[in-house]
Amino acid sequence: MGIKFSLLSVVALVLAVFLGVKAAGLTYFFGVVIPYIAIFTFIGGFTFRILKWARTPVPFSIPTTAGQQKSLPWIKHSKLDNPSTPAGVVGRMILEVLLFRSLFRNTKLEKYDGPKLAYQWEKWLWLFAILFHYSFLVIFVRHLRFFTEPVPGFVHALDSVDGMLQIGLPGLYISDLVFIAAVTFLFLRRVVIPQVRYISLPADYFPLFLLLALGLSGILMRYFTKVDILKVKELALGIVTFHPVIPEGIGVLFFIHLFLICTLFIYFPFSKLMHLGGVFLSPTRNMPNDSRIIRHINPWNYPVKTHTYEEYEDHFREKMIEAGLPVEKE
Amino acid sequence: MSLEKFLTESRTTVLKRWFDAVVDAYPPETTRLLKKEKNQFANPVGHNLSQGMEGIYDELAGGLAPEKVQPHLDQIIRIRAIQDFSPSQAVAFIFLLKKIFRDVLGDAHTDEGISPQELLALETQIDSLALLAFNIYMECREKLCEVRIAEIKNRSFRLLQRANLLAEIPEHESEFKKGSTPIT
Amino acid sequence: MAKVPKPSELLLDYALPKAEWMDTKPDFRPGTWCYPGKAKNLDVLQLPHAREWNPPDEDWKLPSNWKEIIFEGLRDCLDKYRSLRIFMDVCVRCGACADKCHFYIGSGDPKNMPVLRAELLRSIYRKEFTTAGKVLGKIAGARELTEDVVKEWFYYFFQCTECRRCSVFCPYGIDTAEITIIGRELLNLLGLNIDWVVGPAANCFMNGNHLGIQPHAFKDMIEFFVDEIEAVNGVRVEPTFNRKGAEILFITPSGDVFADPGTYTLMGYLMLFHEIGLDYTWSTYASEGGNFGLFTNHDTMKKLNAKMYAEAKRLGVKYIIGGECGHMWRVVNQYMDTMNGPADFLEVPVSPITGTVFENARSTKMIHIVEFTADLIKNGKLKLDPSRNDHHNVTYHDSCNPARGMGFFDEPRYVIQNVCNNFHDMPPNTIREQTFCCGSGSGLNTDEFMEMRMRGGLPRANAVRHVHDKYGVNMLSTICAIDRAVLTPLMDYWVPGVGVTGVHELVGNALVMEGETERTTDLRGEPLAGMEDIENEDV
Repeated sequence: MGIKFSLLSVVALVLAVFLGVKAAGLTYFFGVVIPYIAIFTFIGGFTFRILKWARTPVPFSIPTTAGQQKSLPWIKHSKLDNPSTPAGVVGRMILEVLLFRSLFRNTKLEKYDGPKLAYQWEKWLWLFAILFHYSFLVIFVRHLRFFTEPVPGFVHALDSVDGMLQIGLPGLYISDLVFIAAVTFLFLRRVVIPQVRYISLPADYFPLFLLLALGLSGILMRYFTKVDILKVKELALGIVTFHPVIPEGIGVLFFIHLFLICTLFIYFPFSKLMHLGGVFLSPTRNMPNDSRIIRHINPWNYPVKTHTYEEYEDHFREKMIEAGLPVEKE
Repeated sequence: MSLEKFLTESRTTVLKRWFDAVVDAYPPETTRLLKKEKNQFANPVGHNLSQGMEGIYDELAGGLAPEKVQPHLDQIIRIRAIQDFSPSQAVAFIFLLKKIFRDVLGDAHTDEGISPQELLALETQIDSLALLAFNIYMECREKLCEVRIAEIKNRSFRLLQRANLLAEIPEHESEFKKGSTPIT
Repeated sequence: MAKVPKPSELLLDYALPKAEWMDTKPDFRPGTWCYPGKAKNLDVLQLPHAREWNPPDEDWKLPSNWKEIIFEGLRDCLDKYRSLRIFMDVCVRCGACADKCHFYIGSGDPKNMPVLRAELLRSIYRKEFTTAGKVLGKIAGARELTEDVVKEWFYYFFQCTECRRCSVFCPYGIDTAEITIIGRELLNLLGLNIDWVVGPAANCFMNGNHLGIQPHAFKDMIEFFVDEIEAVNGVRVEPTFNRKGAEILFITPSGDVFADPGTYTLMGYLMLFHEIGLDYTWSTYASEGGNFGLFTNHDTMKKLNAKMYAEAKRLGVKYIIGGECGHMWRVVNQYMDTMNGPADFLEVPVSPITGTVFENARSTKMIHIVEFTADLIKNGKLKLDPSRNDHHNVTYHDSCNPARGMGFFDEPRYVIQNVCNNFHDMPPNTIREQTFCCGSGSGLNTDEFMEMRMRGGLPRANAVRHVHDKYGVNMLSTICAIDRAVLTPLMDYWVPGVGVTGVHELVGNALVMEGETERTTDLRGEPLAGMEDIENEDV
């Protein structure tokens, strides 16, 4: 159910923009109105979500400790897996955010029974997760050349590194290949591995289809229909400088591509994609394990009814005296 | 073809089919874990199943000495005895062997198949296996009750011991203690 | 009794019908759930809606406004815990956690995959608290809150031991323990708990410890061990109780006082403190290190934990030493100071023997006995004869809470390796931060749950069997009272021939005490290696 629904949703989105542009000629709507809605929804939604999380208190210090605590000076402290200082936390977060440390844990080399080396999906998950996120980042940065004039040097540099294979004209980007492969992999493992299929929701398939469609439309545009890049840049610059224009003669494929990315931006703050922001705020990762060294404050800490020693002694006084236990009141 | 030769030649085939048949009893999400995860610590159920099955098969091929096959049966039944299976389901995996043998023999398409007598003898051995399996199953369930009782005793043993002392029957103390403490 | 199966079902009908997880209901089969909390215990703890009810019954006698209670409770938790809010929102269902749970590995029940355990709650959160869930319903992974959902929560939140193993592997650090803790918090609003949790918690609240042992009996028990120690080595140790002006307050789980084999660990503490001449006292009021409030709700945890500081203050001690206990140390490390601190009436712990300042407990003023002992050994303050443990071949089980809620790995290993000659660790993916749970933590160590406990403990037992077969390991050491109690039946079922011990029992065996007579047995009265004949002659 999840797959079908998600696939149909993406097809419907593509059809909507196709008909909208081709039949109804809504180029301004899809080329200007929607992008602005998308940008503001994304920025607004993302900020709202982060603020909502950040405003919720962290009552207790609950890091997951994945290494030796800071203890006696002669015991080797695992500074990154069980940080006790803010600097250690920064290190742990860098490993987590940039290298997916926790996901990587699964890949520890282990001896296997028998001569056969069974494939280990955890390793692939880490690898393709890394490939996906970094190729997406590279593609995102590359696209900055449409929004900037003059184009900054690092964008040019990245462009030439990404295109260093020098196959075809226009040159093939490595990131395009990797992106499509990674998204395909992430989709396939959801379908093929029964336990992952069992837990998957439409909300897991939809972004994958959306990304796949986004990537494919981009590739079609660049390598096959060869969109007029100058006109695209004119439109993009128009948007960022708040002087929107719709140049003539940009194919419908571009509008599909643009609409899909807009959909992604609008969808982002309301979905699991917010893990981009959430990972930074996760209390089991971003807190030092120093709760015995420095008192962590719970902002809503309130008193509770305890059973006091006086009540206890009142209850047991005679027995305590008889047993020779000291008491407060004879 | 002799039974012995047949058992040697079809070892891999029978074991694979047997394992698959047993593992398919679990929900499909779990089946995959049991089949694919090769690390014995990440997948103790699958590991013990396949090890136990290999052992049982080899014992079966080697003439089936009860004391030798016992540990292999135990390896499997000890797990099934505490999983979501009825007693019959827990030991039914033995009977699956009969069907698998017949299927494998049927697939062989050979005139020199093993004789009906030999097949019957093999099936009789499988029946004995099942009876042994039933014993082990009961042992495991009894063990389960036993550890429950021992645990309850352990939990407050010192208090009981104290009470016993106060009642002045200390001679029984060490006996009682040995009986209730499963540590050797 | 179960229905009589058809012959075909017995043999061939193996594959289970597969519905989506939202449409399957738990089967309350004996052995997979724990007895419900008794009304009297809930009353003691001031928990709402105390009543008699039974999980297999159709009618759980929920209060009439139970839905509002849950929604109100969930809203409250979402406003109080950032962890919950983030863990509800960011899971991408990558499945990295799926096969990390000991209950899933041992039982094969897909809802024991951590991700699904969390989805049980998440689906309700989406329906009530997110726009997408309200509008799109099932498509957005949302579902209605029904009585069946509550029953499912009860079933699965009391099939999680809050061990945090999945959290180690989650790319966003989603911690199922946190989900389970809050899930149980919600269930408690409806009066749904298990008696093995609220019983000990109520006892601890009123009487000071889980079994409800009264003060004179508590003293009596410890004095009983004084005799036992004297019988082993002729030394008479002299513990004190509720003594004002002592330098140190010692608190350990009451399981060590009453439950074998924890009692031998207790003897180890007594011997160690005597030998170094520590100025310490026991308390009968704070006679429980464990805190089953952690398995009930945050308020109860705080109520029970409050006794530690209160008693330390009343007695005027300088600091507190805590015994070998798992979840007690999760509470002490991550909750105590926040909940009941600041302990400004105590001093930064300094070992009176070595002068070592425990900087890592600068604020809580409470140190772990294993840290304390490790420091003594490192400074050469103990005379040890490890050969007295030669009849043991030891391995070490990292208890979940000190492992993943503290990072307590090398201290116990250092101590063990100084008091034992034979030590072998289990395989790397089953120890330290990847340690497998005993399967009975978080208040699930009750005997009616034995079948499920055996499933959950299988991964741990399997690793023990590996070292048992490979190195001849016959003793499993641990620093947790629940472990000492529950690993015993676990070993008895899965790996007969392997005993269970606390680290300080091993210390007690090896500790050479001043004025002691020659030992022929260990603390359990079993002959030392090479002394088997002497022992027989005695008898």
